[in-house]
Amino acid sequence: MSEEITEKKNDSNWKPLILGILCNWCSYAGADLAGSSRLKHPANLRIVRVPCSGRVNPLFVLKGFQKGFDGVMVLGCHPGDCHYAKGNYYARRRIMLLKELLQSMGIEPERFHFEWVSASEGVRFAELVSEMSEKIEKVGPFTGVDCSKVPAAF
Amino acid sequence: MARIGVFVCHCGTNIAKTVDVEKAAQAAANFPDVVYATDYKYMCSEPGQNLIKEAIREHKLDRVVVAACSPRLHEPTFQRCIAQEGLNPYFAEMANIREHCSWVHEDRGQATEKAIDIIAMLTAKAKRNEPLFTKEIPLTKKAMVIGGGVAGIRAALDIADAGYKVVLVEKTPSIGGRMAQYDKTFPTLDCAACILTPMMVDCASHPNIEIMTYSEVEEVSGYVGNFKVKVRKRAKSVDASKCTGCGVCYEKCVVKGLPNPFDEGLGTRRAIYVPFPQAVPNIPVIDRENCRQFTKGKCGVCEKMCPAGAIRYDQEDEIVTEDVGAIVVATGFDLWDYSKLGEYGYGKYPDVISGIQFERLMNASGPTEGKIKRPSDGKVPESVVFISCVGSRDDEHGYPYCSKVCCMYNAKHALLLKDKLHDAKAYVFYMDIRANGKGYEEFVRRTIEDYGANYIRGRVSRIFPEDGKMVVRGADTLLGQPIEVKADLVVLATAMQPQPDAKDLARKLGVSTDQYNWFAEAHPKLRPVEFLTAGIYVAGACQYPKDIPDTVAQASGAASKVTGLFSKDALTSEPMIAYINEDTCVGCGLCASVCPFTAIDLVEVVDRAKSTREHQVMRTVARVNEGICHGCGTCAAGCRSMSAKLRGFEDTQILAEIEALANVHS
Repeated sequence: MSEEITEKKNDSNWKPLILGILCNWCSYAGADLAGSSRLKHPANLRIVRVPCSGRVNPLFVLKGFQKGFDGVMVLGCHPGDCHYAKGNYYARRRIMLLKELLQSMGIEPERFHFEWVSASEGVRFAELVSEMSEKIEKVGPFTGVDCSKVPAAF
Repeated sequence: MARIGVFVCHCGTNIAKTVDVEKAAQAAANFPDVVYATDYKYMCSEPGQNLIKEAIREHKLDRVVVAACSPRLHEPTFQRCIAQEGLNPYFAEMANIREHCSWVHEDRGQATEKAIDIIAMLTAKAKRNEPLFTKEIPLTKKAMVIGGGVAGIRAALDIADAGYKVVLVEKTPSIGGRMAQYDKTFPTLDCAACILTPMMVDCASHPNIEIMTYSEVEEVSGYVGNFKVKVRKRAKSVDASKCTGCGVCYEKCVVKGLPNPFDEGLGTRRAIYVPFPQAVPNIPVIDRENCRQFTKGKCGVCEKMCPAGAIRYDQEDEIVTEDVGAIVVATGFDLWDYSKLGEYGYGKYPDVISGIQFERLMNASGPTEGKIKRPSDGKVPESVVFISCVGSRDDEHGYPYCSKVCCMYNAKHALLLKDKLHDAKAYVFYMDIRANGKGYEEFVRRTIEDYGANYIRGRVSRIFPEDGKMVVRGADTLLGQPIEVKADLVVLATAMQPQPDAKDLARKLGVSTDQYNWFAEAHPKLRPVEFLTAGIYVAGACQYPKDIPDTVAQASGAASKVTGLFSKDALTSEPMIAYINEDTCVGCGLCASVCPFTAIDLVEVVDRAKSTREHQVMRTVARVNEGICHGCGTCAAGCRSMSAKLRGFEDTQILAEIEALANVHS
């Protein structure tokens, strides 16, 4: 375990740092709506804008964990609402596989979320960020891949 | 090495209140490749933009990061700004520290820290931005208007008058929409038909307008300037080219007494019908669910009687594909079903009706020929109670929003009632009177003061029948006492709600709706008549409850957007599209199989490594058809050899954003 991570684990002021990868048309707009509606939520999320959840290479999620994020959320348009017709369906397939991979690496399922958020769901967006922050606060800081946390099924 | 300038906006106090903008700018100055960072009160203002331009000149900046609002709001503004200094517009990035930061956080320390993170991410992305170039794409100068109410009619006429072809698609057998059902319009008491019918006729006779009634949009593909819309023209069972509109068929039709939706169930029609006498086009349709020829397999009366030989029982639905450059959505509204309300009798009392039904009772071409008679026994009412906000401003049963028009039409109904039946009493139960339009407040005052309508502030808790009357029991909150009115007729101002198939249409079009399923405009103030999907516009009450003046104004607004689009000879395409690195592509075709737009083809190229001078060896690679690619990036995420890439959202850019953040925190 690197010094930096040990330091983070022991810091009593630790707050989760979450990476959000949001599609431009629905979820990023939903986050904008949460903003213009002044819906307060924890300041733990950092957002990367992509055109479509279909653009999300699972590598981006892994890179997030590699670089020390405590959690990653990928948000896209609801099924049927994709600006590009079906990019979100491809995202869903990839992410189902990715979830298994993360588990097999010993990364707790609470740390990774894939949800649909539409442009009108500012409230839902703010709630999701709050919920995810709480969940990660419970599991604690991410301190790297831990083989002892791999479920028996793997 | 890039030379990045960072410009942190205060947005008045919108950002500066919760984010220490000076500190953010100072922190940004230390990020890799940042050579200049500053903050300013309003970056989007002219002095703000000049500040950016001067800094580009003075510090030889080649990338600009503006930390301000959402890129969905002002990215084009700053792209134009830096383009004026000769930079490629796609060298501008926006760090969203308002919607995603200052507006949603209260702790100044945390918000400032987050803002600095966001700037770090976008700075790292900007460093890796490549110059991007738009391309010209052709455009079809023909528009489609969906919905033939007053909004659709106005929009179609405006576009057609500007010299462009328009296809007007209407679901019902006639254009006219809701307005055709009304008797008079507030606040001028113009006869609705006198305003609308000439417009309907103009539409029908306009050389640039093609009307498709009894038709629905099935499928929409393509993009701005080049939409392909499949329209299902439902079988009318009448040959429109032969029908003269004489009306013999529906006079002779033997299936009588079917409820006419145009009369809101108060009047009847036959199995072959035109919904109302002024219908445009004046061509009847056969209701196949009730026509005896279709249900019993024998009848043929209309066919025998039709002097023009226009009846076609074997007619089938027809699917036509229209190529259009722009689409106006003007599908209007529906009305809330008050039968959910037990206190108003679950819709079971015939003398408790909705506002639109009262409108039909007053209309000269309505079921009673304009004589106000109550539905149960045809009695001319001596007292009528009008109730506001039925389903509107009612979180519990209906909708939290105000339907905007009910205060005014209640006043109109009360006034017209007193005008037609001088001795009748009009009571209006209201929560507030919202009369905020030109001449509106004066109109309500006239109803109360000159016509003597009795306005009671309060809600009605129960309606029940007693001795042939409807007893309306409620509270007068101004007097602070209960009140009971015995009425012959009760008229409910039911809430406006989205069309039941609005969400479905939104999906076909690829546009958004809000939480109620009203169509969602791109921006309520900056782009009120446009959707985020380019080339699609919105008009009328399909967006939100609106009255006729607002609807018509917006329809003209949408039409002027369309004609603005059509005034160009070609459109510029977004350059954020996919491309393939053919050197590393192995031709597996995965990208082609996942592309939602089939924009990727597999092509044969010469394999230079294996070819000799005498013998050419070919290999397969993927190639993006730039005219079709929409830039979703599904191919880039799926490519096994990382050969499929997306301009503007390259792997290197996205990974750099993630890494930059890690660097700030380490």
